[in-house]
Amino acid sequence: MSPANRIGKWLKAASEALTVPVLATALGLLVGTLFILLAGKNPLEAYAAFAQAVAGEPRMFGETLVSSIPLVFTGLAVMLAFRCGLFNIGVEGQYLLAQVFAAWAGFALVLPGWLHPVVAMLAGMVAGALWASIVGLLKAYRGVHEVISSIMLNYTGLYLSHYLLLYYLRDPGGAFGAATPAIRPTAALTQGLIAGSRLHTGLWVALLAAFLVWVFLWKTPAGYEVRAVGLAPGAAEYGGISVAKNIVLAMALSGALTGLAGAVQTLGLNGKFYEPGGFVGYGFDGIAVALVGRNHPVGVVLAALLFGALERGGPIMQAVAGVPRAVIWVVQGTVIFFVAVEGLWRFLQRRRAAQEVKAA
Amino acid sequence: MTVLISFLVTILASTLRSATPLLLASLGGVFSERSGVVNIALEGIMLTGAWAGVYFSYVTGSALAGVLGAIILGMTISAIHAVASIHYHANQVVSGVAINLLAAGFTEFMMTRVWSNVGQSPAVHKVGDFLGINMFVYVAVALAFISHFALWRTRWGLRLRAVGEHPLAADTMGISVYKMRYQGVLLSGFFAGLAGASLSIGLVSLFTNGMTAGRGFIALAAMIFGKWSPLGAMTACLLFGAADAIGVAFQILGLHIPNQFLQMAPYVVTLLALAGVIGRSTPPVADGVPYDKSH
Amino acid sequence: MLKLTGITKRFGSLVANDHIDLDVRPGEIHALLGENGAGKTTLMNILYGLHSPDEGTIELKGRPVKVESPRQAIELGIGMVHQHFMLIPVFTVAENIVLGQEPGGAVLDMKRAIADVEQLSSQYGLKVDPRVKVENISVGQQQRVEILKALYRGAELLILDEPTAVLTPQEVADLGQIMKGLVAQGRTIIIITHKLKEVLQFADRVTVIRRGRKIATVEAKGQSEADLAALMVGRAISLTVEKRPANPGAAVLEVHGLSAKNDQGLPALKDVSFAVRAGEIVGIAGVDGNGQSELVQVLSGLRRPTGGRVLLSGRDVTRLTPGEVRAAGMGHIPEDRQRRGLVLDFTVAENAALGQQRQFASWGVLNYRLMAESAAKIVEAFDVRPPRPDYAARTLSGGNQQKLIVGREISRSPQLMLAAQPTRGLDVGAIEFIHKQLVAARDGGRGVLLVSLELDEVMALADRILVMYKGQVVADIPAETAREAELGLLMAGGGTNVAS
Repeated sequence: MSPANRIGKWLKAASEALTVPVLATALGLLVGTLFILLAGKNPLEAYAAFAQAVAGEPRMFGETLVSSIPLVFTGLAVMLAFRCGLFNIGVEGQYLLAQVFAAWAGFALVLPGWLHPVVAMLAGMVAGALWASIVGLLKAYRGVHEVISSIMLNYTGLYLSHYLLLYYLRDPGGAFGAATPAIRPTAALTQGLIAGSRLHTGLWVALLAAFLVWVFLWKTPAGYEVRAVGLAPGAAEYGGISVAKNIVLAMALSGALTGLAGAVQTLGLNGKFYEPGGFVGYGFDGIAVALVGRNHPVGVVLAALLFGALERGGPIMQAVAGVPRAVIWVVQGTVIFFVAVEGLWRFLQRRRAAQEVKAA
Repeated sequence: MTVLISFLVTILASTLRSATPLLLASLGGVFSERSGVVNIALEGIMLTGAWAGVYFSYVTGSALAGVLGAIILGMTISAIHAVASIHYHANQVVSGVAINLLAAGFTEFMMTRVWSNVGQSPAVHKVGDFLGINMFVYVAVALAFISHFALWRTRWGLRLRAVGEHPLAADTMGISVYKMRYQGVLLSGFFAGLAGASLSIGLVSLFTNGMTAGRGFIALAAMIFGKWSPLGAMTACLLFGAADAIGVAFQILGLHIPNQFLQMAPYVVTLLALAGVIGRSTPPVADGVPYDKSH
Repeated sequence: MLKLTGITKRFGSLVANDHIDLDVRPGEIHALLGENGAGKTTLMNILYGLHSPDEGTIELKGRPVKVESPRQAIELGIGMVHQHFMLIPVFTVAENIVLGQEPGGAVLDMKRAIADVEQLSSQYGLKVDPRVKVENISVGQQQRVEILKALYRGAELLILDEPTAVLTPQEVADLGQIMKGLVAQGRTIIIITHKLKEVLQFADRVTVIRRGRKIATVEAKGQSEADLAALMVGRAISLTVEKRPANPGAAVLEVHGLSAKNDQGLPALKDVSFAVRAGEIVGIAGVDGNGQSELVQVLSGLRRPTGGRVLLSGRDVTRLTPGEVRAAGMGHIPEDRQRRGLVLDFTVAENAALGQQRQFASWGVLNYRLMAESAAKIVEAFDVRPPRPDYAARTLSGGNQQKLIVGREISRSPQLMLAAQPTRGLDVGAIEFIHKQLVAARDGGRGVLLVSLELDEVMALADRILVMYKGQVVADIPAETAREAELGLLMAGGGTNVAS
């Protein structure tokens, strides 16, 4: 194949992959505009405030990236499970437990600065991986559908993290609300990648994770096996690939990526684990990020940027333009919804194709 | 002795109170999933129903109007899920996630629009009690029995279950798969909307943001634990409601069991049930599988 | 009774039915004969309202009709028994039969439903208990339930799609009686089949369809199998496979006292012992569901046996994983090529590496160029079309998918080739090609174990025939002395004292 040919083919694939996410996002913004009008505000002013908040200045763009970092991880986590045919809707619970353990490793261990963040991240990854493995084990050996078990484990994880905090890890000297002691300075990820912002080195970890997920899935035999199980478990088994082991492996890796989300957020931003009032939403957003990103690492990074911007811009839009932040959830929900409704797109394509045939 | 009896009565009443919203929502789940559509949007529908109950009660001054409003809005939202899942073969779990997010956004948005605050609504008229027990409790229990009868003793129930087990077989027997599934999903909206109202204008008389707090998911758990049957779901809801009530009782008695363990209990028992440790739960065969009329 | 004129149905660029005419007389058994994929089932699905035709008209009893849904078909008195039964396992027989036309009002009248079913089943001699769940009855009984479903709805015209595929020879004979009885009571029957013998056995007239076109309608009486075969395929075909006498060597596969359970946990294999030698084809004959699938799964490592041993070239492979069995020298053509044999969304090259993916990695990274080169060799040697290793396997036709699987398995030079239903659903050209490859593998000194539900295929290919019945090997006969009647009897459990 000639290079020009190859680039043409690549462009075609990219534009095909982008169609649905771009249209879904457009529809999301349309519905968002409707709600802004309902709120009696000027959409142009609201969007101007939004754009200013997201990328008006370098430091603001830095903050947008801060919001995107956890979404890269959770998007990758959901995506990796998807590629093995699994729906990890349990990211929320995995995330909270990972934060508990990363925070503990951050404040309780005494380690040199080059090692401490790594160990704390590993602690989060292990916690996330173990919690997610329960889902994998139940699916692989007891036939329990992963969506159901991960919903159950989300709430179990929520209350377990709460319990661990209140009974074992709480800082007795804390001012208000229960929280762990602050992590040691040696464990913290460096902030200020963009001056004036809190952008931390977790960004590099996120990009590295995206690259490694790509290498794993498409360049290694183990990734080949995970994908084979996702596409055709019967054929995978026939080809000597253990379906059960790969299900557990994919869930564990998915949980480990979620764990990184929790750990990086704790070490780079929060500095401690606070009493959870409920789920943070990164897990549900992760599903959206994976779907909008078409289950590809590059797409996930781009989609995480989009959802990070929404997350970042929403509250500021409320403060500056008086538009309720709830509008952002409506936009997010709409985007997820329209990405989910694949049949609609196929229906529209078929109609277009039919019209073209008629016209010809 | 009288102290003990009154204590037990208190626990029983409290069990019924906690179980009622769960029961109504899980009945909704049973109808949807028996027809073959997974509905994890119960949480969001319930939340919207809770808001609508308060809003319409506030506007009209009538709790009954609140109930009706909750049902109508619940069915409207479930209709979105139905169209996406049934007609356009959406991933039903993703559609559910989207609706939950939309519901959270919509209710909070309306709170700021209507009452210009983000936290909680003013107090409104609520549905009253009968013999010291809220009317919703009677309604929920009656509906559980009616649902059971409808699913297992009527022509409609046979057809609904057929569509959830083997839609192609039902189709070849002249049963419209789409029509039955729309009915199942819309009923789930009816029940989940009512469940929301039972929370906001039954248990209390106001709406607070995110007030369902995962009850839709506990209802889902109860439905599974009850093996996708209305009376099974009722047993599960009473069990989960008792866990709630006993937690409160322990606190009153000064017994110290971490509250978190009681909160976890419904989810953990459901997991154990799914894993086959206590009686295996298996869903209808075609649950969650879109049906393509054109093959 | 029924007249179809110019029926045309296109799926995208594929023309499944190309201006087909069909004329069925009242009270006859009319066979619709054609190869797999010829368009028979599509035509009948149009008649039953499951597909809508792009062109053409349907006349029923002289009146033009439109059939837009199964409901309309039922109202018009058309009933269909699908090849894959449309039964709900957790429902009872009676519930399955009355579904959609339940007696009573809104509330079900199950007593009347049971009485109705009992009345119908005695009227037509279709014995079945209306109270038991369908998941607990045999396949033959399930077929009766399907026929009862149609009769309950007052069907005058019955369409039976490949009705004998899952039946024992005895059940096939029973079905013949049932059909005669139905015709005697005034019903008309269309039977869809690709089996020549059944046409001659059952039908009054036969319409032959080839590649979506109607070729001819003839009286069944006076036709020979060869005549019908020529009409069906469009050229004279040899019904036998050319091969030299076998020259067997040492045993490559030895099976000793093998037992296993099926998915329901019931015994599926009971103390099975046999051997396959290098340079011979051993065929396993039997009716579907007598343990053949479980045997294939146990041998290939996909199912754990409960007892016994399997030796491959003297090495114990009994409890190895599928990957380990493969590495020990067993090639396997699985019975379900789309579900087992291929990852349809992988490319041809990725599929050609399936089972050996770890050998295509260097330093832990997959070498895609090596994979493509190796796939290109298979594609060329086994005539896979289109010859594009970068295409998704899904885009290949069934025959080419199977060639890819056969090529992949044979090119690994296994000592034993396990071929399960290797030609199911293929056209005659692909069948001939695959038969030649299996014979070539035998002549190359490999042992071949052929499992097939088509008795003709087993008799044509095998050097030695084993018959399986209820999980046991009930006969071991050299092919040259095997007689079809005798094998049929053995497959039905006759001539043995197997405990049932």
